Amino acid sequence: MSYLLAQLVNGLSYGLVIGLIAVGFALVFTSTGVLNFAHGSIVLLGTYVTARFQADLGFIAALGLGIVVAAVVGILINRFLVENLADPTPATAAILMLGVDAILLTELVHLIGNNVLPLGAPWGADVTQIGGAAVPTSRLIGAGVAVVALVLLWLLLTRSSAGVQMRAAASDGGTAGLMGIHVRRTSGTTWAMSGALATIAGIFLASFPSPGVAPTLSLSALAAIPAWVIGGFDSVPGAVVGGLLVGVVSALATGYETELFFLGRGFGEVVPYAAMILVLLFRPTGLFGREEVHRV
Amino acid sequence: MSERSTQPSVDEPAAEQAPSIGTPTQGAPWTAALRSRRGRVVLGVALAVLVAALPLLLDSFWVQTGLFAMAAAIGAIGLTLLVGRAGQLSLGHAFFGALGAYSYTIAAGEAGGRFFGLGLSPLLALVLAALVPAVAGFLLGPISGRLKGIYLGLATIGLVFLAQHVLLNAEALTGGYNGRTVADLSLFGFHFANTSPDDLVVFGFVIDGLRRLWFVFALLLAVAWWAAHNIARGRTGRAFLMVRDDEMAAAAMGINVMWTKATAFTVSSTFAGVGGALTALAFGRVAPEVFNLQASIDFLIMIVIGGLGSIGGAVAGAAFVVALPLILAQYSDVLPGLASPGSDGYDAATAAHLAYGAAIILVLLFVRGGLAGGVSRLLRRSGSSPPDHAPTALHH
Repeated sequence: MSYLLAQLVNGLSYGLVIGLIAVGFALVFTSTGVLNFAHGSIVLLGTYVTARFQADLGFIAALGLGIVVAAVVGILINRFLVENLADPTPATAAILMLGVDAILLTELVHLIGNNVLPLGAPWGADVTQIGGAAVPTSRLIGAGVAVVALVLLWLLLTRSSAGVQMRAAASDGGTAGLMGIHVRRTSGTTWAMSGALATIAGIFLASFPSPGVAPTLSLSALAAIPAWVIGGFDSVPGAVVGGLLVGVVSALATGYETELFFLGRGFGEVVPYAAMILVLLFRPTGLFGREEVHRV
Repeated sequence: MSERSTQPSVDEPAAEQAPSIGTPTQGAPWTAALRSRRGRVVLGVALAVLVAALPLLLDSFWVQTGLFAMAAAIGAIGLTLLVGRAGQLSLGHAFFGALGAYSYTIAAGEAGGRFFGLGLSPLLALVLAALVPAVAGFLLGPISGRLKGIYLGLATIGLVFLAQHVLLNAEALTGGYNGRTVADLSLFGFHFANTSPDDLVVFGFVIDGLRRLWFVFALLLAVAWWAAHNIARGRTGRAFLMVRDDEMAAAAMGINVMWTKATAFTVSSTFAGVGGALTALAFGRVAPEVFNLQASIDFLIMIVIGGLGSIGGAVAGAAFVVALPLILAQYSDVLPGLASPGSDGYDAATAAHLAYGAAIILVLLFVRGGLAGGVSRLLRRSGSSPPDHAPTALHH
C-alpha cells in the first residue's frame, strides 16, 4: 500500500512540474499560435544558467537570473523571429521553432559537454517519509512551488487587468487591438511567462533523484507535449490536468514495470504518447479544448 | 487567407502550360533552355549522363554520401507532398521510414538466422518495404483524416516514440538497440555488393558494390520524382491543394476531405518506406536510432530549405542536409573555425546543426519558397513569361 502511495505522490508531484511546462506550451500557443518546439531547450537554458551561476551568486539569485534569461530569450524569439515570418501560419511557425531549437540546443550541448552540472539546490538529496513511503523532498517542494505558481498565474489571468488583456488578445487579436490593447506586448508577456515557468519546472526536473543538469533535460521536457495536447491546445487548466494525468500514468507504468513487462522495457516513457494518440483519436481538440465550429 | 501573395514552384513552370513555340524568350540562354520542352529533354539527358558517370569519377566517400542523399531524397519527396501540397504537418516520417527499412530487412533476412527473417528475394522485400508503410499509413487514416495541420504533427510525434519503443523491445525481429544487418541487394542473380561478380570492370572502371547500388538508387529516385510529379499535377494533387487552402470550399466542390488527407498520408508513407529501405541498404545495418525524432525533424528541415511543396526542392534539400555534416567532418582540418572532436571549438556535427538551424530561420524569414522559390524567381526575372500561381505556402 505504501508502495502505491509513494508512486502516486511521485506521479502527482512530477505531473504538477510537467504541468508547468505544458502551461507554457498552452500560453504561447493561445497568444501567438506558435507550437513552441524550442520549449525543451528553453527549459534547459534557464536551468543551465541557474546551475552555472549558483556557486557564485547563491542558488536563489542564480535561479532568478535563470528565470530572467529564459524569459528574455522567449521575448526575443517572439519579437525578432516569430513576428517576422515571411508567411505566418501555425505550421511555418512550428518549423521555425524547430530551427530555433536546433541552434539553442546545439549551443547548450556544446557548453555543457559530457558534464552533469550540480544544481546546488538547498533541498539536496533529502527524503521525506509520508505514511511509510519515502519520497524525495525535492518532489514535494516542486509540487508546492508548482501549485503556488499555478494559482498566481490563474489569479493573474482572471483577476488582473493585464491578464484580462492577455486573454482578450489571445481570443481575438484584431478586436483586442481595436479596443486599445497592445497585442504585441501581451504576446511578448506570455512568452516571458512561459520561459519563467519552464525554468522553475526545469529546476525540479534536474533535482534529486536526477543527478543534475544534463542535455537530456530538454528531452524530458518534451514529455509535457502529450500533457498539453491531452488537456486541449488552448486551455491552461487543461494543461495542468494533462500534466497530472501524464505524471500519474507514467509513474504507475514505471513503478509497476515488472508486472507490465509484457509491454516491454521502458514502457513508462512512452505511455504518455500512447495516451495522447488515444485522446486525439476520440477528441481531436483534447479534453478541454474548444470544439471547432465548422465540421466538414 | 486567399489574398496572400502566392509563390511559384519550380515544378510547374509556366512554359509547360503555355505553348513555347513563338513565345518570346529573353534573358540568359540557360533560362530559355529550361523553358522550352526540347531544352528540358536535353537537360534531362545531360543530367542522366552526369548521374551515371559520377560514381565512376568520385571516390567511395562521395559515392556513399550520394547513396544516403538519394535515399533521404525519396523520403523528402513524400513529405513535401504531404506538408507542402496537402498542408498536413507530420513529424512521424521517420516512423514510416523505419517500417520500410525493417520490412525490407525482415523480409530479405535469412530464414532461420540469428533474427527472424522470411528469406524472400530482395526484389520482393523492396516491394514490401513500399507496401507495408502504405498500408500502415492507410490504416492511420482515421487519425490523419480527422486532424489537420499541426494537430496531426503532434499526434505523429507519438508514433515515433511508440515505434522506438517497439524497435528496442521486439528484439527477435529488430535486433533491439544494436539493430541487425541488412541483406545485400541482388536482382536476378546479380549482386549489388562486393561479391559475385567480384570485380566488375567496365571500360576500365571498377564498379564495386557501392557503385552498383548508386545506379539502383538513382533509378528509384527518378521513378519517385516522376511519380510524385504526376501525383502533384493530377486530380489528386489538385485536391491536395484545395484541401490545404480551404477545407470547407473543397468539401463544397465535392472533394472528400477526409479521404484526400488520408490519401496524402498514405502516399507520403510509401515514399518514406522506400527511402527507409534504401537508407538501410546504404548503411548495411538498421538500428532504432536511425529513425528517431531527429530523423523526422531532419526530413522537415530538408523540405523547408528546399521550398515546401517543391519536388526538386526536396531533393536539393535532402542533398544539403545529408551532405553537409559529412563534408564538414571530412574537411574539418582544412576549414577555419572547426575543431577536431574533443577540443574547445565546434566539431563538424555541431557546426552542421548550427548551420541547419540558421538555414531554416533564414529561409522562413527571408526566402519565400526556399531554394525552389528562389530559383524560380530568378528564372522569372530573367525571362518574360507570366508568373504562374502555384502557392507553396502552408495554410491552416
